[in-house]
Amino acid sequence: MNREQRLTALNAELAKRILILDGSMGAYLQGFGLTAEDFHGERFAGHKTSLKGNSDLLTLTRPAVIAEVHEAYLAAGADIVSTNTFTATPVSQAEYALDGVVRDINVEAARLARAACDAFEAKDGKPRAVAGSVGPTTKLLSMSPEVGDPGRRDADFDGMAAGYKEQILGLIEGGADLLLIETITDTLNCKSALWAAWEAFDETGVELPLWISGTITDRSGRTLSGQTVEAFYNSVRHAKPWAVGLNCALGPGDMRAFLADLARVAECPVSAYPNAGLPNAMGGYDETPHSMEEHYAEWARAGLLNIAGGCCGTTPEHITHMLHAVEGVAPRAIPAWDKRMKLAGLEPFTAVA
Amino acid sequence: MTTANPFANFVIVGERTNVTGSAKFRKLIEADDYAGALVVARQQVESGANVLDVNVDAAMIDGPAAMRRFLNLIASEPDIARIPLMIDSSKWEVIEAGLKCAQGKSIVNSISMKEGEAQFLEHARKVRRYGAATVVMAFDEQGQADTAKRKIDICTRAYTLLTDNGFPPEDIIFDPNIFAVATGIEEHADYALAFFEAARAIRGTLPGAHVSGGVSNVSFSFRGNEPVREAMHAVFLYHAIRAGMDMGIVNAGSLTLYDDVEPELRERVEDVLLNRRADATERLLEHAESVKGGGKKRDTSKDLAWREKPVNERLSHALVHGITEFIVADTEEARLVAARPLHVIEGPLMDGMSIVGDLFGAGKMFLPQVVKSARVMKQAVAHLIPYMEEEKRLTGMEGKSNGKIVMATVKGDVHDIGKNIVGVVLQCNGYEIDDLGVMVPCDKILDRAIEIGADAIGLSGLITPSLDEMVFVASEMQRRGFTLPLLIGGATTSRTHTSVKIAPVYAGPTLYVSDASRAVPVVQKLLGADRDTLVAETKADQTAARESYLAGQDKRPRMPLAKARERAPTLAFAPVKPSFLGVQSFAEYSLAELVPYIDWTPFFASWDLVGRYPDILNDEIVGEAARSLYADARAMLEQLVAEKWVKASGVIGFWPANRDGDDIVLWEDETRAKEKARFFTLRQQMDKGAAQGGKGNFALADFVAPVGTPDYVGAFAVTAGIGEEEVAIRFKRANDDYSAILAQALCDRLAEAFAEAMHAKVRRELWGYAKDEALSTDDLIAEKYRGIRPAPGYPAQPDHTEKRTIFDLLDATENTGIDLTESMAMTPPSSVSGLYFAHPKAEYFGVGKIDRDQVADYARRKGWDLATAERWLSPILAYDPLIAKAG
Repeated sequence: MNREQRLTALNAELAKRILILDGSMGAYLQGFGLTAEDFHGERFAGHKTSLKGNSDLLTLTRPAVIAEVHEAYLAAGADIVSTNTFTATPVSQAEYALDGVVRDINVEAARLARAACDAFEAKDGKPRAVAGSVGPTTKLLSMSPEVGDPGRRDADFDGMAAGYKEQILGLIEGGADLLLIETITDTLNCKSALWAAWEAFDETGVELPLWISGTITDRSGRTLSGQTVEAFYNSVRHAKPWAVGLNCALGPGDMRAFLADLARVAECPVSAYPNAGLPNAMGGYDETPHSMEEHYAEWARAGLLNIAGGCCGTTPEHITHMLHAVEGVAPRAIPAWDKRMKLAGLEPFTAVA
Repeated sequence: MTTANPFANFVIVGERTNVTGSAKFRKLIEADDYAGALVVARQQVESGANVLDVNVDAAMIDGPAAMRRFLNLIASEPDIARIPLMIDSSKWEVIEAGLKCAQGKSIVNSISMKEGEAQFLEHARKVRRYGAATVVMAFDEQGQADTAKRKIDICTRAYTLLTDNGFPPEDIIFDPNIFAVATGIEEHADYALAFFEAARAIRGTLPGAHVSGGVSNVSFSFRGNEPVREAMHAVFLYHAIRAGMDMGIVNAGSLTLYDDVEPELRERVEDVLLNRRADATERLLEHAESVKGGGKKRDTSKDLAWREKPVNERLSHALVHGITEFIVADTEEARLVAARPLHVIEGPLMDGMSIVGDLFGAGKMFLPQVVKSARVMKQAVAHLIPYMEEEKRLTGMEGKSNGKIVMATVKGDVHDIGKNIVGVVLQCNGYEIDDLGVMVPCDKILDRAIEIGADAIGLSGLITPSLDEMVFVASEMQRRGFTLPLLIGGATTSRTHTSVKIAPVYAGPTLYVSDASRAVPVVQKLLGADRDTLVAETKADQTAARESYLAGQDKRPRMPLAKARERAPTLAFAPVKPSFLGVQSFAEYSLAELVPYIDWTPFFASWDLVGRYPDILNDEIVGEAARSLYADARAMLEQLVAEKWVKASGVIGFWPANRDGDDIVLWEDETRAKEKARFFTLRQQMDKGAAQGGKGNFALADFVAPVGTPDYVGAFAVTAGIGEEEVAIRFKRANDDYSAILAQALCDRLAEAFAEAMHAKVRRELWGYAKDEALSTDDLIAEKYRGIRPAPGYPAQPDHTEKRTIFDLLDATENTGIDLTESMAMTPPSSVSGLYFAHPKAEYFGVGKIDRDQVADYARRKGWDLATAERWLSPILAYDPLIAKAG
């Protein structure tokens, strides 16, 4: 299957059922007890900055471990796996003095994920897609790093977009099928990633479907940069997304109301991959595969879902239960495009005429 | 305080944060006083701007840097950043700098073909990638368009270029240039007319596109004379909005209504704008000199003996009889003798209102009279408020109320007559009402309740989808940890729905309030000592209602859909061809022609006065109240018609059609080869038994002939509500809720009358299947004619979404100004739409409850999933979807 055939097949599935995205990379990696040597590997053995905890680097230094995670999720029933590139942008990797290897990480991460998917596709002919993960970075474009100086910014749109473009070019080269701009805490960062994606598409002639997933940081129902769900959606709607969704920060219980808000307005498929609850006092997650299954089953029945997955704290076992929860339930119906002018500040505004 | 938009459906762009329009703002930016600049921005938002225009184009300013700095500062002020931005500059680099700082979806102002097509399209491409809408100036390589023809040509060319390149039409806003008039230069005399004409053409021929402009340009010749400028803006907007302008850059804080402009000044301004006479400019200049002050008129009548009594008794008398004439003077007199202004309220005014309350409770006064009393009360209180605030300022004392209640018509719904009445009645009883208006999103209601420390929340809605929204609000209250009482009211709400669907999702007290007279006792108990008793009683009552509902679920006999279809009536068909096929619109239909068609009985019902008109006028109990209300209504109606407070417009259409199962297929043309649209109908599934004379199980599709016989159906959408909201707001501003509610109720009746008048015209001429029909109004109301006009959302077709099809076929929004909300409510609310069936045996019926097999079949036909179908059809499901699934 080439990318085009795969996307055609995947879209046909998307129309028929609720697709499954994988779960957390971090939760699975914890089980390996990785040491500083694992992170540095041979290539970065002499690197001066400590690299321990830079999970995205494992793609280059311990590829077999990352491949095993992808395979575990595919075996659990995932239709889509996301690449190990959540922090693989120059902005984030600069903290490890690794901004020079961003392209390598992205190309290899997409290849690894693609290879794992190819093996599963070969077995049963069902499409398995790779979503190139594009994370929020460590800097915010809409907010000041200093309370006393609200007009200040420590990053700008053009610099952010240039970094994202480098990442996206790598993901395209490595064979990603989709771009997943995820865990969006600041919509302006997302808009710079979209801008970068289109520049990369212009340059390569390859256009990947755009999947946009925002993060509601607490029960106020707002992104970190202050937008409501509908305002967030209005602000990214120009991308004609392949799918939009919510992920991270909240557990399924707290996410539900905001997911319902999104499902009411989104004119494209809706995805949800919450955390396994909020981190508890021990840094672990309280939602079990069984308890999450109940939430997903209810969401699916309520017509809120087109794509389901897990974020922090979820494991292949969660994914298997999730699959069970949504199996046989019709996906959310996609509403027609609303032809009114829809604007947004922190809140949405729709022109009536 | 509310900052409602007086121009319904008109997007107000706040202009004061624009250096080219505001000297004050320019000085702040030039002086680097960004804190001061933020204050201006906040004022615009607070004055009701929907969008904030930001322009920092000043000679000595580094444009991109200033734009970046100001937008970054705005981003950290949530009360300003709440609304979308209009990023405004004549320099592209400044616009781009702004776009890179805006996380929301903004509007660019502006791009144009000034530098040619290539650059225009390049800018448009970038605007799209930054995720913004854009203003397009009527400006090309030759310069700015001044004549109507140039404006239209340029906009049409720009529209074609943009849409051919994938730019969404709804994100295009044309600015066809508003230029100054009354300049003394003859060529400028037609400038306003040219704008109106261009606006009309753009809205008529370029679908989706909007029309905007900088309104204050028009009055440039009258700099320094604010009264004349404001009058010119009001009159200009009045005509421009009618021509289709739907957005404007205006001073959000000082919008004047057309009707509020002093008539002589208005006429002279109108002469100028419409270029009606050669000496128009001189005459306006002449009048402009004299504009200062102004006259007021009042008329007095009736027996004034009560004026001889002491002031407290006069206040009571005025309240009980609803007389506003002397209230301010009497209130002032009472204030002068009272120790504190509050004592006037707590003393004579509340005494008067408690008499009103007693009379109302005893059934001796009726709702219209109570609302009139409330009008008197509000005007008295309005007079006292400045004194109380002054006192508060001096003493730091707080005001007192019996409790605060946040009220709103829920998201997706626009109906608010009932809610307004309940609000007024509660206010009379000393409750503080924070009315958030209509179409209010859930989070806004809940945030507001927290903000003001509300004691209860009241939700209202009229159409069935609002029921779901209320469930959603209740679930959000639960999620957000509310414990406040939730009051539910409105035409479609019921004790059963509240008990079965709303109360179970919210742990706090959830109470159904059946009508306005119930509101006060319920709230009094709820916020008083009897609270626990009431809550416990309500819970018990709701448990009982739930049990009886659930027990009733499977007992009603429903027959399988296939069997119901076998019992469809078999009709003979001899169709008549309509006089035309396609769509015909009726703009500005004569209001006077509608008056004879008014059905007054529902009018009285909307005021809780029950009885048939005209008998109700002589009713022993409510007759007096009904007569007085009727007299007020007739007087207002006369004025409303003569002065054209509102506009009635309608559109109808006929198409070749045939039945296909339970669907009705509309054909493109008489060849009946290509399907144009499809209406879906629902079939009765109740077991009528054999005894019913074989009438059978109806669906609307039965009234249309199957393929083979050339039959037809029609559709219509009419409104008498264009301008209704402005009228209501005008009265509310004058603390005259009685007249506001009366006007809304009259518009409602006029819309129904319009539907009736149009139906008669259809039967007699336009379809023409009953050319000889001659019926009286009573016969009309009794529906003794041939053919029906069922409306989606009513018993014969309970599915509201069929309105969408009607609207698309008729291009109803374009042709009439009626819009559909996401819940399929028509706005303005005084609107009616439906289908026309001509078959002699066609009759109104109720579909009744339907079973799961039909819901599944209907969902399949409509291309919905089952859950969507169950949501839209929830009021008529014969089963509980959750139980059915679990079982």
